[in-house]
Amino acid sequence: MSSHAASSHTSAVVGHEAAHDPNLKHHFENADQQKESASIGMWVFLLTELMFFGGLFLAYFVYRQWYPAAFISASNKTDVLIGAINTTVLICSSLTMALAVHYASLGKKQLLVFFLIATLLLGGIFLGVKGYEYHDKWVHHEIPGEHFECEGCQDAGHAQLFFSLYFGMTGLHASHMIIGFGILLVLIFQANRGDFTAKWYTPVEMFGLYWHFVDIVWIFLFPLLYLIDRVGRPLL
Amino acid sequence: MQEHSEHHIVPKRVYALVFTTLIIMTWVTAWISTVDLGPMNIWVALSIAVFKASIVVLFFMHVKYGTRLTKMIVCSGILWLMFLLFVTMGDMWTRGWMGVPGR
Amino acid sequence: MIAATVPVKEEKNYMNAEHGLKSWLLTQDHKRIALLYLLSVTVFFIVGGLFAALIRLELTTPAGDLLDSNTYNKVFTAHGVVMIFFFLIPSIPAILGNFLLPLMIGAKDLAFPRINLLSWYVYMLGGTLGVVVLATGGVDTGWTFYTPLSTTYSNGYVVLTAMAAFVAGFSSILTGLNFIVTVHRMRAPGLTWFRLPLFVWAHYATSVIMILGTPVIAVTLFMLMLERGLHIGFFDPAYGGDPVLFQHLFWFYSHPAVYIMILPSMGVISEVVSTFCSKKPFGYTFIAFSSVAIAVFGFLVWGHHLYVSSQSAYAGMVFSILTYILAIPSAIKIFNWAATMYKGQVRLTAPMLYALGFIGLFTVGGLTGLFLAAMGLDVHVTDTYFVVAHFHYVMVGGAIMGYMAGLHYWWPKITGRMYSQLWAKVACCLVFIGFNLTFFPQFVLGYLGMPRRYHVYPVEFQVLNVLSSGGAAVLGLGYLIPGVYFLWSLKYGAKAGDNPWGATTLEWQTSSPPPTANFEVTPVVTTEVYDYSNTEVPHIV
Repeated sequence: MSSHAASSHTSAVVGHEAAHDPNLKHHFENADQQKESASIGMWVFLLTELMFFGGLFLAYFVYRQWYPAAFISASNKTDVLIGAINTTVLICSSLTMALAVHYASLGKKQLLVFFLIATLLLGGIFLGVKGYEYHDKWVHHEIPGEHFECEGCQDAGHAQLFFSLYFGMTGLHASHMIIGFGILLVLIFQANRGDFTAKWYTPVEMFGLYWHFVDIVWIFLFPLLYLIDRVGRPLL
Repeated sequence: MQEHSEHHIVPKRVYALVFTTLIIMTWVTAWISTVDLGPMNIWVALSIAVFKASIVVLFFMHVKYGTRLTKMIVCSGILWLMFLLFVTMGDMWTRGWMGVPGR
Repeated sequence: MIAATVPVKEEKNYMNAEHGLKSWLLTQDHKRIALLYLLSVTVFFIVGGLFAALIRLELTTPAGDLLDSNTYNKVFTAHGVVMIFFFLIPSIPAILGNFLLPLMIGAKDLAFPRINLLSWYVYMLGGTLGVVVLATGGVDTGWTFYTPLSTTYSNGYVVLTAMAAFVAGFSSILTGLNFIVTVHRMRAPGLTWFRLPLFVWAHYATSVIMILGTPVIAVTLFMLMLERGLHIGFFDPAYGGDPVLFQHLFWFYSHPAVYIMILPSMGVISEVVSTFCSKKPFGYTFIAFSSVAIAVFGFLVWGHHLYVSSQSAYAGMVFSILTYILAIPSAIKIFNWAATMYKGQVRLTAPMLYALGFIGLFTVGGLTGLFLAAMGLDVHVTDTYFVVAHFHYVMVGGAIMGYMAGLHYWWPKITGRMYSQLWAKVACCLVFIGFNLTFFPQFVLGYLGMPRRYHVYPVEFQVLNVLSSGGAAVLGLGYLIPGVYFLWSLKYGAKAGDNPWGATTLEWQTSSPPPTANFEVTPVVTTEVYDYSNTEVPHIV
């Protein structure tokens, strides 16, 4: 069996290694290729996240359509003021994250660290408020399960579905925040150590995408969970 | 074959504008839920949410300055989410159209 | 000619580059990870096969004498879960795709080697958990986990099994993500999209499904686990939930998952048919785009699994029409392979025999799928052996035949050794005969009304069931023989050479087995991929 490799298809050139960049992995040709690969990979990952949340959103839409009365009265149990403030906090953290990426791309280490810490703090406030809300629901027996009660709810039997979705969706969202929290701690450590330069700050940039995505999920959760038909009720 | 993403530095003014819009829209959507628009309430709320999400994607996540591929990935994500939501809702919306014999 | 290597002594390749268990378990080389997958997927295939053997043994007699009904339920569930989540879904993409994708596009590795290794560990975690749970306690819901059986009434370990599938799902997400980025960003200079081998197109389409479908099954199983654990009413009618919503969410992934299994096989067949006819595939662009069309439209037909649920009949009609439309891209491929062979000098090597088997069996599986897409007929044969036969024709006759074709085709590249053509052909014939003997009677059984998932049946069905069980024994033998000659070839097989089949794609232009970096120098592609004008047709023993 002679090995007759066809040569028509290709011609060879000498693989040129880019100038030694400590952050360039061996299997990439150059830094651009590596950076773009990371970016596409992150976007594709966010696509999976979108579909992951999509299943819960679908369940929400189906049951909201089926049991409007239960959803209205159960949703009215949430505190809009707290929800709106928390949304504001999360949007602020998105801004600080965007600025962190901005200063990373300019190579300004101290501002990068500052805005990463700001993002961390704002995320912490959001989670704290969320914890307070959960506690409040716990006190009022609004946790789905055996002891579930929905005082003064119309169609109270189906109100539990609303709260199942409420906890499912905000819980999944919060778990994403907690994971983000962990990654942020690592990034702050690395940024402070001076790992990132204006030429290479891919982890910061990729984490920024993740953080904004989590923000977007909340942007939808806020009106869907807190703002169903508040007509005739004071906003604050 | 490579589609180089020009590294675009977004001016801070843009961030400020987007941020302000997001905050305003948050409170607008909260306020508008107290106004009786009938069945339009949810659509208004969702439109505002879509608008807010779009400016986050376009400016905070730099898709406006990104490659065509990034834009394509974002669009396909939205399209597939619509597949999931609308095709299933199509079932839910039409389920009652055909009566059940004997009922 | 790239690898004009004069064999001095032992050439350095990816297999002998490093030694020791650690060098395998911590490798980031896509070729080694592919072999890790090959080993583990084979183990799961054997486990799934043993469960199948139990099913067929039980069904040789009409009475339920070997297994009681509860055990039987657990056995067919285990067979389904293992074969689908731990064998079929990772089989071709994670083994052959992993090994070949970077080679075919002239890259040194996948874009994210560490994520690639992670995907194997995640897969092993899910698979091990799954097999342990299924073997020790078991689940009786069938692999579909339909609610409210799974959430309320089942006595088995539903949550743990769902967890196993959930975890394994992340492995396929990671693989898909890696493939997409790799195809977009790692192609060799000059390798434009329409110079990509059809195998790469098929894997790209598969990855799209993995990326967009798998998260939905993940969230569905997440809701299922919550519901089972806490009874909070996502799918429980007692709380106003909708069990049909579970079916929607489940099949939103699980129908496209069928294309995760079949599309890579189609990619293999495109390569094999082209090589052994030494002809450019007829209608290259049509085959390429039909893969993408299957990936897209495959997401719009899931409702044909719900015809007998309380799904709206109007939705059913739309799903039915869309399913018919989806037959078009599959048919395009079949016709194009046939047209490629037409007036070609077909060399009937072992991989080609498997490929021919694939084309025939997949056609039967696909066409009976159209019967089932018709709402009226589907009501008649729903949950009968007709359905069982149909999807086994697609998954065993299609996906596994394609997997075997691919394994035989690229074995010389993967190991550098040639196996016995004679034995390979014998095994292929056994598989073909055994397969048809197993599953064709099931079409008849189903049409006569034998329901699936029961361990006792009326006496008049016995003849066909015995035929089916006998066929399963032949089929099992047919799968065992390759195990023997493949292992034999590792030590005694003749050296294969770089390009034993006279193929044109890039992976054949590096040495066999390839060096760790795949190519000595990055290849630059100057012509279209299937250009046989300069290729000599070798003689194969």
